[in-house]
Amino acid sequence: MAVAAKKASVRSKSDGKSNSAPVAPKPVDFNKEQELAAYRDMLLMRRFEEKAGQLYGMGFIGGFCHLYIGQEAVVTGLKMALIEGDQMITAYRDHAHMLAMDMSPRGVMAELTGRRGGYSKGKGGSMHMFSKEKNFYGGHGIVGAQVSLGTGLAFANRYRENKNVSLTYFGDGAANQGQVYESFNMASLWKLPVIYIIENNRYAMGTSVSRSSAETDFSQRGASFRIPGIQVDGMDVRAVKAAADLATEWCRSGKGPIILEMQTYRYRGHSMSDPAKYRSKEEVQKMRSEHDPIEQVKARVLEKKWASEDDLKALDKEVRDIVADAAEFAQTDPEPDASELYTDITH
Amino acid sequence: MPRMTMIEAIRGAMDVSMDKDDDVVVFGEDVGYFGGVFRCTQGLQQKYGRTRCFDAPISELGIVGAAIGMAAYGLKPCVEVQFADYVYPAYDQIVSEAARLRYRSNGEFTCPIVIRMPTGGGIFGGQTHSQSPEALFTHVSGLKVVVPSNPHDAKGLLIASIEDPDPVIFLEPKRLYNGPFDGHHERPVTPWSKHPLGEVPEGHFTVPLGKASILREGSAVTILAYGTMVYVAEAAAEETGIDAEIIDLRTLLPLDLDTIVASVKKTGRCVVVHEATLTSGFGAELAALVQQHCFYHLEAPVARVTGWDTPYPHAQEWDYFPGPARLGLALRETMEA
Ligand SMILES: Cc1ncc(C[n+]2csc(CCOP(=O)(O)OP(=O)(O)O)c2C)c(N)n1
Ligand SMILES: [Mg+2]
Repeated sequence: MAVAAKKASVRSKSDGKSNSAPVAPKPVDFNKEQELAAYRDMLLMRRFEEKAGQLYGMGFIGGFCHLYIGQEAVVTGLKMALIEGDQMITAYRDHAHMLAMDMSPRGVMAELTGRRGGYSKGKGGSMHMFSKEKNFYGGHGIVGAQVSLGTGLAFANRYRENKNVSLTYFGDGAANQGQVYESFNMASLWKLPVIYIIENNRYAMGTSVSRSSAETDFSQRGASFRIPGIQVDGMDVRAVKAAADLATEWCRSGKGPIILEMQTYRYRGHSMSDPAKYRSKEEVQKMRSEHDPIEQVKARVLEKKWASEDDLKALDKEVRDIVADAAEFAQTDPEPDASELYTDITH
Repeated sequence: MPRMTMIEAIRGAMDVSMDKDDDVVVFGEDVGYFGGVFRCTQGLQQKYGRTRCFDAPISELGIVGAAIGMAAYGLKPCVEVQFADYVYPAYDQIVSEAARLRYRSNGEFTCPIVIRMPTGGGIFGGQTHSQSPEALFTHVSGLKVVVPSNPHDAKGLLIASIEDPDPVIFLEPKRLYNGPFDGHHERPVTPWSKHPLGEVPEGHFTVPLGKASILREGSAVTILAYGTMVYVAEAAAEETGIDAEIIDLRTLLPLDLDTIVASVKKTGRCVVVHEATLTSGFGAELAALVQQHCFYHLEAPVARVTGWDTPYPHAQEWDYFPGPARLGLALRETMEA
């Protein structure tokens, strides 16, 4: 990816006393199983969200709905480096993150439509879902808030002396919130096992990175806290996986936090009603046609003859069936009962 | 007189103020280039340049803190917090600095800032995009709190707020941006272009802070409302046939107690309505004041109709929202008491 890969570098102001800085790893080729698994995972996310977009258009989903389409390689590559018990926390662009944590498509879709079978019984909506079973700590509508929480999850890991890592996701826009830097300082001071994954999709709503950020190299944002950072081509799932392997190893071996700046792109509007006047159609089209994360894998799989067009069509059908089932459930499941108004309230 | 939406009226107020006074600056997230997510600042950057209307990073605390410093030196920042739900990171600056500057400096410095923010539910925003945090601000001495309910007042009150020497929290009920939403979500809202209160004078005019308006005269019961709830009150009065007097408070701080007391003494009954949660809501303050000042005129206990003491749910938005049916019930009960 032109914007990213060439610049890939590690920036860590090391004075020799801190850990020797990690070097941005080269993407490692996937084997057949890995390619096909990544392909299927990303396709599920893509089809799931395309369906969510349709349901929104049909009026089944109301309010906010932030689609992740275009960014799928990020969660998918990171997922491939996780071990049992690792936690994930993110903002409101969260559907794919939940699917990556193996949460049920039905439960997610039904939350979008506000039904009782949704992960928050319909009361949370698109931005607010959790799963203790799957170690998914939300779904947060307030920009930047999850960064401190993710830091706390990492503290808990260290306290319990497990080998787990907190995957704390946030956007380029969120990276300007003050609490991000309070968190960075604590995480580094206390050597917490947290990977700060900055999904730099170049825009925060209608504001481009250059209009909001004095330092647009987000991998450097931890420099004054001695947190090393790596820029990663977030459109290439192999590059993400390689960086994820490095980062998880970094954290699990007790070296403290690390930042991964994922250079990525969202194809759709910020939420569902976005006039998108802040960028050109050509810019979007160029990313779609030249850097699409799913198409990249598909091309490699076909080239290596690890699957035929027909095999991939069958896979697509399988994924579409899962999504259709989730959509059907999300439209037919009843809305929560009135008695639910006052459940899960602190008294 | 031209008719306009509340969005256009708010934009007009900033336009007039920027035109009149070079010290007025407008900024916030997506406010400059993009023109604001609700389009309230559209065109201002083109007209006044990037030094006077500009984008800020997603840093509410920093935005408000910087605005306070600007104001201390004599600028008049009018900042936008994209949704009221995002103001909490800035709450410390508002409470500890903005509200105290005059007092702390023995009146040497004041803090002429306006913090605009859309409030309220009704757009399926759920728990982080629907809140009405007015009581968090009315509880703080040193702040003024304004809630307009129509384009005319929005423009006049915003100009008055920008010209005010002290910090003003300017809450914009987002369900009213395009029309007088009355809680009947199942039917379309009349656009402001077809409503008399959509008529807004051109150029400079102010609606004074601290002055309520009587939206509907009546003799049976007084409804104290602000923002979206004034139209819910109108609908409830019509649907129940109860001859209610509806007071649109317009400013919560300073509060127009005279208008409230005169009305309740006349009707002998009072129902308070707001969308925010019940406990420690602004309705509690209103109820206390009414009983203190109108005790011997009251024929019934002061009733409160509010959002429930829960977060704003996504799925059960209309069960949460205190619509005309819930208010109608309270009106009947108050009449029968
Ligand atoms: C505290 C707070 N301020 C503002 C917002 C409004 N808001 C929601 S998303 C967003 C842009 C965030 O951009 P970024 O962090 O880059 O994430 P992306 O949407 O690109 O995934 C803004 C300003 C919010 N939800 N919370
Ligand atoms: Mg972004």
